[in-house]
Amino acid sequence: MGREDRSAALIEQVFRDEWGRVLASLIGYFGDWDLAEDAAAEAFAIAAQRWPSDGVPDHPAAWLITTARRRAIDRLRRDRVLAAKLRLIAAAEPPAGEARSENTAEDTVETSPIPDERLELVFMCCHPALAVEAQVALTLRAVGGLSTEEIARAFLVSPETMKRRLTRAKSKIKVAGIPFGVPSGPRLPERLGAILAVVYLIFNEGYGDPDRPGLAAEAIRLGRVLAGLLPAQPEVLGLLALMLLHDSRRETRFAGNEHGQDLVLLPDQDRSRWDWRQIAEGRALLDRALGQAAHPASRTGPYVIQAAIASLQAQEQLDWPQISVLYGKLAELTGSPVVRLNRAVAVAEADGPAAALAIVDQLDLPDYQYWHSTRAELLRRLGRRDEARAAFRRALDLARTAPERRFLERRIAES
Amino acid sequence: MQYALLIYYKPGTNEALGADEAEAVHREYTELKDTPGIIGGAALHPVETATTVRLRGDQLLVTDGPFADTKEIFAGFYLLEADDLDRATEIAARIPAVRLGGSVEIRPVVTDQD
Repeated sequence: MGREDRSAALIEQVFRDEWGRVLASLIGYFGDWDLAEDAAAEAFAIAAQRWPSDGVPDHPAAWLITTARRRAIDRLRRDRVLAAKLRLIAAAEPPAGEARSENTAEDTVETSPIPDERLELVFMCCHPALAVEAQVALTLRAVGGLSTEEIARAFLVSPETMKRRLTRAKSKIKVAGIPFGVPSGPRLPERLGAILAVVYLIFNEGYGDPDRPGLAAEAIRLGRVLAGLLPAQPEVLGLLALMLLHDSRRETRFAGNEHGQDLVLLPDQDRSRWDWRQIAEGRALLDRALGQAAHPASRTGPYVIQAAIASLQAQEQLDWPQISVLYGKLAELTGSPVVRLNRAVAVAEADGPAAALAIVDQLDLPDYQYWHSTRAELLRRLGRRDEARAAFRRALDLARTAPERRFLERRIAES
Repeated sequence: MQYALLIYYKPGTNEALGADEAEAVHREYTELKDTPGIIGGAALHPVETATTVRLRGDQLLVTDGPFADTKEIFAGFYLLEADDLDRATEIAARIPAVRLGGSVEIRPVVTDQD
């Protein structure tokens, strides 16, 4: 890599890292998303022009924020002058005098520390008054710094559709008065839950699809930002730990062959290709989260429990009884039949297929592919082959991705 | 910002309340009217008194009853001045309709600044 390439890569990296901070600060300052976004884009464009020759400033975020603020203020002044002129024509009234002049030298940068307002921005993007798909798109755009085109590609929609989605969401924020701020008191856990759900949804979009690994990395990056901003929230650490632990196995979850990418189940994965540094980092975060969750005022939340399960799943000898206990806790906490189904899978390993089938048959998930495939697998192990085949067929009817369909077709042929 | 808090009821909710409870609910609505930020509002007569006006083709059609057979009935509204949507939501959540199985729709009001 040449020197210029290196500096271009560095600038690209700085842009990615600082976009959220710069935009947050500008929205906090001006209270107007569009103005903030335009000004931020202008400041980044100026930086792209100057930094390759002048070098990256010591405090890139402060430089960008100061530059963007000045540009936005200039624009507001121009608009105000224009509006005043229009008023003048309409009502022949004198324009409101705006005599305050400001030092516009671009290179004097704010020296007092600029507060990090990304948390306010995340809470705004993930406000429950916005549709979940809008929350996802806004978070990736505003906090993650992805372009509209990148988000569109990741969610397999046209750039026009994504642009409309973002425009509608920003318009709702403005018109409905969705606040830029961190909610206090009893609202906080619920609102934080919405943010974590958005990040985990982004992660799963990427994790479940071998063709879109970028989204999982993006979710982990968002998770790191949140863990930096909210280091004392066990669920925030738990979610980051969970994502790191799952993602550590990404290289081994699919195997390429002539048909495309096939699913590889946990027991068949090549453990030597797991990312053990990432597993260690995930486990360290989990320990921190468990330490905080042990505080009498808090209880262990669903992300911490799932991270604990993922950590156990990375052990060489799987401790199925312990895994089934944790799934039991998670089921109690969430009341989710899907979690009960996962618990049944662990029970099958710990106590045998008959005990597991008893749990599965109590659940009513006729439209859920994995309910059928889990039942089928248990029936197969119990030697009830006709019932197993029928259940595998039901699962196949519901399967969405090609790797899953091939997996189920193989199972039907074998049973 | 100004918000209209549009109050929806399931039919028969009021009739199902006992006399004491109905009076308590009525008192809550009156008290809400005195809450800082609430600058107006009205309760509406029952839906049986409604008349709907619409165009069919180019003909004005005036019909008895609400616009459509909906499960919930628009029963009244408050006009609220609040800093942001979260504050408006706090007030909306205190409207009795919410706990009586109805709902409140929060709609920003078009003002001179728009």
